[in-house]
This record gives sequence, structure tokens and C-alpha cells, in this order.
Amino acid sequence: MNKMQRFIKEFGWPRLIIAAFLLSLFVIAPFAGVNIGTSLTDTIMRFSMNGVMVLAMVPMIHSGCGLNFGLPLGIIAGLLGGTLAMQFGFTGKLSFLMAIVLCTPFALLFGWAYGKLLNRVKGGEMMIATYVGFASVSFMCMMWLLLPYSNPQMVWGYGGSGLRTTISTEGYYYHVLSDFLNIKIGHLSIPTGSLLFFALLAFLMWAFLHTKKGTAMTAVGSNPIYARASGIKIDSIRTLSVIMSTWLGAVGILVYEQAFGFIQLYNGPFYMALPAVSAILIGGASVNKASITNVIVGTFLFQGIVTMTPSVMNSIIHTDMSEVIRIIVSNGMILYALTRKTEETR
Amino acid sequence: MEATLLEMKNISKDFFGNTVLKDVNLTLKKGEVLGLVGENGAGKSTLMKILFGMKSIEETGGYGGTIEFDGKPVAFHSSEEALASGIGMVHQEFSLLPEFTATENIVLNRESTRYSVVSELFGSRLNTLDRQSMQKKAIEAINKLAVKLDSEMLVGDMPVGHKQFTEISRELSRDGMKLLILDEPTAVLTEHEALALLSSIKRLAASGISVIFITHRLAEILEVCDQILVMRDGCIVKQLDSGNASVSGIAKAMVGREVDTSSKKAKEVDVETAPVEMEIKNLWVDMAGETVKDVSLQVHKGEILGIGGLAGQGKLGIPNGIMGLYPAGGTVTFRGKEIKLNNPSDCLASGLAFVSEDRAGVGLLLDESLEWNISFSAMQVNNKFLKSYLGGLVKWRDEDAIREVTQRYVDALQIKCTSTRQKARSLSGGNQQKVCLAKALALEPSLLFVSEPTRGIDIGAKSLVLQALRRYNEQQGTTIVMISSELEELRSVCDRIAIITDGKVIGIRPAHCPSEEFGLLMVGHQGEGK
Repeated sequence: MNKMQRFIKEFGWPRLIIAAFLLSLFVIAPFAGVNIGTSLTDTIMRFSMNGVMVLAMVPMIHSGCGLNFGLPLGIIAGLLGGTLAMQFGFTGKLSFLMAIVLCTPFALLFGWAYGKLLNRVKGGEMMIATYVGFASVSFMCMMWLLLPYSNPQMVWGYGGSGLRTTISTEGYYYHVLSDFLNIKIGHLSIPTGSLLFFALLAFLMWAFLHTKKGTAMTAVGSNPIYARASGIKIDSIRTLSVIMSTWLGAVGILVYEQAFGFIQLYNGPFYMALPAVSAILIGGASVNKASITNVIVGTFLFQGIVTMTPSVMNSIIHTDMSEVIRIIVSNGMILYALTRKTEETR
Repeated sequence: MEATLLEMKNISKDFFGNTVLKDVNLTLKKGEVLGLVGENGAGKSTLMKILFGMKSIEETGGYGGTIEFDGKPVAFHSSEEALASGIGMVHQEFSLLPEFTATENIVLNRESTRYSVVSELFGSRLNTLDRQSMQKKAIEAINKLAVKLDSEMLVGDMPVGHKQFTEISRELSRDGMKLLILDEPTAVLTEHEALALLSSIKRLAASGISVIFITHRLAEILEVCDQILVMRDGCIVKQLDSGNASVSGIAKAMVGREVDTSSKKAKEVDVETAPVEMEIKNLWVDMAGETVKDVSLQVHKGEILGIGGLAGQGKLGIPNGIMGLYPAGGTVTFRGKEIKLNNPSDCLASGLAFVSEDRAGVGLLLDESLEWNISFSAMQVNNKFLKSYLGGLVKWRDEDAIREVTQRYVDALQIKCTSTRQKARSLSGGNQQKVCLAKALALEPSLLFVSEPTRGIDIGAKSLVLQALRRYNEQQGTTIVMISSELEELRSVCDRIAIITDGKVIGIRPAHCPSEEFGLLMVGHQGEGK
């Protein structure tokens, strides 16, 4: 009993309830005519697609910059890398590697400037970050049209200039990770490569948090004045964390695109931050404390609910409400997650 | 022999089975001042609440024993009854209206009123105020205290001391006041104001009013009280006449163990002639409320230098400025090398360390474990508790080493905790202070700044902290600069004491100089010898 109570306390009631709900959806699914194998495949695939972007929340939470509502900025760096790799004619597996390489300088530059900005608005980071995300998306809406891309698979068919809203990654990095060591059992398909890639980045993040710099980052988030009195340069640590978050956002969107099969430009990145923010909060993170476990648990629960609820509900009520339900559920989860956010210190 | 005013017999009280007072006896004569001392939670306040008839006592099941006041057995069921029979109480927290003048506060709800036409119609509640007679009443009460207090000043504009005087005047202005209970009235006062209050208390006693005086400042007790009661764990453990009491005697009775406040081993080396470890020249620090204007000081190797002075004079600014936490200027040389100001990491790397007066704000990671709190600075500054991989490229936290060093300091400083992984937030103030000290000691500094090391912690923890400082000074040769508002504490630990007034050093004296000399320095009299 005692052991049970401790487990509940550590895992947290909110997560237990959500997990129970998710489990009940899986139980109901066969009776509603939804195939369990397909459902599980969807859930796991969405987990592998979104995991890295949720992981991108971790550095900024640790350094006390709050939740990275400016994730679209990182996503834009990733989109630039992804489109440039295609423009330069890299194909297949190499194109994915080159996309990561090419997005890195943008991520570093954007992250550095974004970090400098956040250092000037201490205490109001999350509000400013939201608008950094929105503003950058709007700015890029113009740039996608104006930048001199010329790859015929990417530009509008008529006129021959300006990028399309949706670009297929077919022939480039489509499913390069998802199909790597893919396991297929009946309806169930496990994108091993994507999961391994996420695991690698998660491990690197975990390892970083155990180093001297990582320890300093956590301390800056926990009590910046304490950290400063211990000789830590707070601003540079915070900037570093923002750069890391931005880069992870960039890589995150590339992982997402290779699995999804399409690059979504223009307003695509607009609302990408909220699901990632919600996932990590549901996973049990607070505004200045987050662990890799929070990322994994949160992403799985959030994506599980978002995948399962619409399909099960849809089959029960026999009307195509999936999009409406998806929006209600995902925004409901976001709302719930944000009310759960706790600030442990000041 | 004067008549007995108050006699409390066999008073006992428990809160739902948890005994807080057992068998307490107390007698007080007319015009006598009784000092009541004890650690936090010893039962002083509960005893006074019983006497004053506070509601919380009756609500929790009443009390045992009998009280005889002014010759009659009494059992007050409310504070109003206590007030009516002539007992006044001044609580630790002010209960004053800041937008009202001193007069209005003093006579609140007992205003002198004049009958008018309107009151004929609507009753006495619409009588007009008779300001002149209110004023007279208030000034009378203030004069009983013999302090300077502007009766027309708004309470909100007053310094803390005057607020306290207003509160006491209010009690005195009641008719037939026979007994005044003062619960830590000097806690918020500066030393100067406290002195004025003490002489007022003496006057009151001389005019026949008895006073029960609760305080943590033991020297004050000795100064004004005729009789001293020391409480511990709900009992009166010692009853003393002020004639044969001493600070150390009282302190010993309070904690029930030896507290050594004045005896100190003489240093084998003469610190005055020891080489200069740190030289501070024309230091200024911009710290709100503690501005340092122009401080020049020499710290000798192996000494414990005390820095004292009244609050707000700038003593706290000195370490905060040198350690780079507040903007500062001037030159600070440490072992012949100039320290970069406004740069905490340079200071720490040169072998300085600082225990801040602001425990929660600067001193601790409240939401992290003790292990992190103690090891963090040393890890970041000295690369301790790290394992290097890939030729130093990866510096990995060495959890075993961290646990070991934390355990060592937990033992050495007797930090009370359930495990080294406990969060700092859940420790008591005294233990948090020890963690702060451990953090600084883990840096193995050659010079340690300690700012207000005993603020807000109880006397037992206090002596442990002070002993630890002295031990590290003696055994490791750590030079210590200790900043404190409590002169007695500085005198008991330090070799020399510098007094800061108005942002400048006004004088440095050896610690064995009499306290009056330091007191004079604090109020700005340089005196001879400088």
C-alpha cells in the first residue's frame, strides 16, 4: 500500500487519470470498430514524429526561460535547412543529413538573437516568446515567396517562383528514419529508426544535464541569483539554452517531415509550439523543472489521446467529427496543461 | 514590601494532547518588571495569551490552574475583560491604523465626545469628537513614557520605533492600567530606540505599573528587569533576580546546554602584525539601503575581522560589493593581486567565498537537494566533484563524490536532515544557514565573508554556526570577515571589529574593548584613540 502511494505521488494523479483514459480508449476501440494495430501504429508514429520537438522544451525550462513558445523560430530554421537540402539537389538519406547540417547555422543564429532578446525581458519570457514565434512565421510567409528557390518539385507550377505551401519529401528524405529497421507485425508497424533517433537526442540531452554546464543550467533556472553568486554568467547560459532549444526545434521539424512526408510552409509552424508545450506539461514538467521522463510520458499521453479520441469517438457517433474533436481535445489538453503549470521558485 | 499584583498558580495548557505548559507558577508585585525569556516555542506567548484572556485559549479547551489579579481570583474569557481589569498587551505585530494620527490611534474607540443636536436625533454614536481633550489624553499617555512623539503625526509616516511607542501609549492611556505585557517590543527597534524604550519601562515601573517584558535580547532583560523567568519546553526552568544573573547564565538555562558567549581562546599569533591578506581601498557599493561610500580596510591573514554598525549604514554592502553582487568601485587587492569587481567568478576563483545574509534569495537553491546546494559552487568554480572524459571535453557530475562531501558537512555542522537528497526548502532556518556555510566551506576559501550568520535562527543553532566559524579559522587558517548587527556576537567571535557608520569605517577596535566604546562608534562618536 505504502509503495503504491509513493508511486502515485511520484507519477502524479493527473498522469494516472490521463493514462487510464487512454487505456479505456484502447479497450473501447475494438468494439467501435477501430483496429487496435492501426491505432497503436498511429500513436507510436506520432510519438516518434513529435518527440524531438517536445525535447526542445527541456533546455529552456532548465535555464529558467520558461516554456519555449517561440518554437516556430526553430521550426523555421529546420524548414530552411530542409528546403535548402532539396534545392541543392541532395537526395535520399544524404538529403536528411544535409538538411540537419544546413539548418544548424540558421538555428544557431536565430537562437542566439532570440536568446539575447529573452535576456532583456526576464520574467516575461513566455509572452515575448509567443510573439517571437508568431512574428517569425509571418515574416517567413513573405520570404518563402521571395527567396530564389528553383527546384521544380518545390516552387509553384505556374509562374515558376515562390515555394508551394505543401512540398512532398518523396524522393528526398521521405521516411528515411521511419523505414530504417521498420518492424511490421500485421497492422502494427513500428518506426524503429525514428524512435532510435529520438532516443539518441534524448540521451544526449540527459547526458548534457549531467555535465558541469548542464548542472549550471539547472541552477540558473532554479535560482538565478544563487547561480550568479557562484560565478555563473547567467545570460550566456540562458542564451546557450535558447540556442539548444531552437536547434532541437529545427531537427524536430525535420524528423516530423520525414515521417509525415510533406514540408508545410507558410502558416504551417504557427501552432506547432502549443502541442509540444502541452505534452511536456502533461508529462509532469513545471515551468522550471523538466526531465526526459516528462518528455517521454507527456508526448505519449498527449499524442495518444489526440490520436485515439477522434477515431474512437467518430466510430461511435458515426459522423465525421474527427477534426472538431481533435481540436477540442488538443486545445482542451493544452488548456488543462497550462492550468497545471506550477512555478516552483519565484 | 509591596503588594502582590498578579499570581498565577499551577498553570497548564495543552493543545489537543500536546502539552505546551505544565505547572507554571508566577508572582508579580506592583511596580515590578518581570522578564520572560525562552527559545521560540518555549511557551511564553501561550502563557501571556492565557493571562490576557485571548479567545484562542478558550477555543482549544481552556487551561488549568488559577490566576489571582489584584487580590481577586480571575478567569478572563475575552481580552475586553482583561483590558477592563487593567491589563494591557502590546503584540509583536503592530495593530495601528497608518492613515490616522498618533492621537487618533491612541484613543481609538475611546474618544472624548461632545453632545450635539444630531446626537439628540440619532443617539450618542453621532456625538462629535472633542479633539482637544483627545489630544490631552494622548499627550498624557505619551508623557508617561517620556519619549518624544508627535501626537499629530500620521502613524504611516513614523519610523518603526515611534509606531511602537504609539502602541504602548495606547495601552497606557486606558484608565486604571496596572499591568502591561510587552511581547518582544524591541525586536523591530534600532539599538538607540530600544534604549529609549527601556528607560520608559523603568519609569513606568517607578510609577507603580507592573510590566511583563518578553524579549530575545538578553542584555535588555538584565538592564530593566527586577525578576527574570527562563522558560523551556513549557516549564519555568530558572527564576533569577537581576542582581545575580548574567547573560551566559540565562542563555545556558534557555537552551539547557553550555553556550559560550564571551570566553574565547587567545590567538597564538598576533593578528595585528600578521601579513595583510586583503586590502580594500576607497570601496563604494551601490546597494539599496546599505550604500557603501568610501571604505578602506586591511584584513590580516588568519584573523576574524568583525564588521558591525547599525542597520542601513552600509556594513552589508561591503561583502556584497566585493563579491560582485552589487555594482561597486574602488580597488580590492587580495594577496597582492587586484580583484576584478563586479565579477563573481573572478572573486571565487581567487579563493574568496561569501555566505550571504539573504539565505532564500542568494544563498540557496530551495528546490534542489542539499547535495546540489553544497557542491554546486565548488563544482563550477574549482571543477571539483567532476569526472573528465574525452580529454576534458566532457565534465561529468561525480554523484558519489558529491554525496560524500555533503555527508561530511552534514556531520561536521550537525545539519538536521532526513537525507542528503532532501530539498533545502524543507529545512529549518538554522539548518539552511548551516547549508549556506557548508557551500562556502566546500570551496575551501582562503578568505570567507559571512554576512549576518545568525539572523533569524535560534540560539542553539547560533552557537553551532559560530563555533564552526571559529573552528575553521583555527584549524584551517581561513581568514574570516564576519558582518553582523549583533555586537555581542561579533565580540564573542572576532579578533578586531570595524564599525561602519554612514558608509564609512568610523573606527576599528580590538574585540575585547568594552561594548560602550563600540556603541559610541555606532552612533557616530569617534572618541579618542583614532
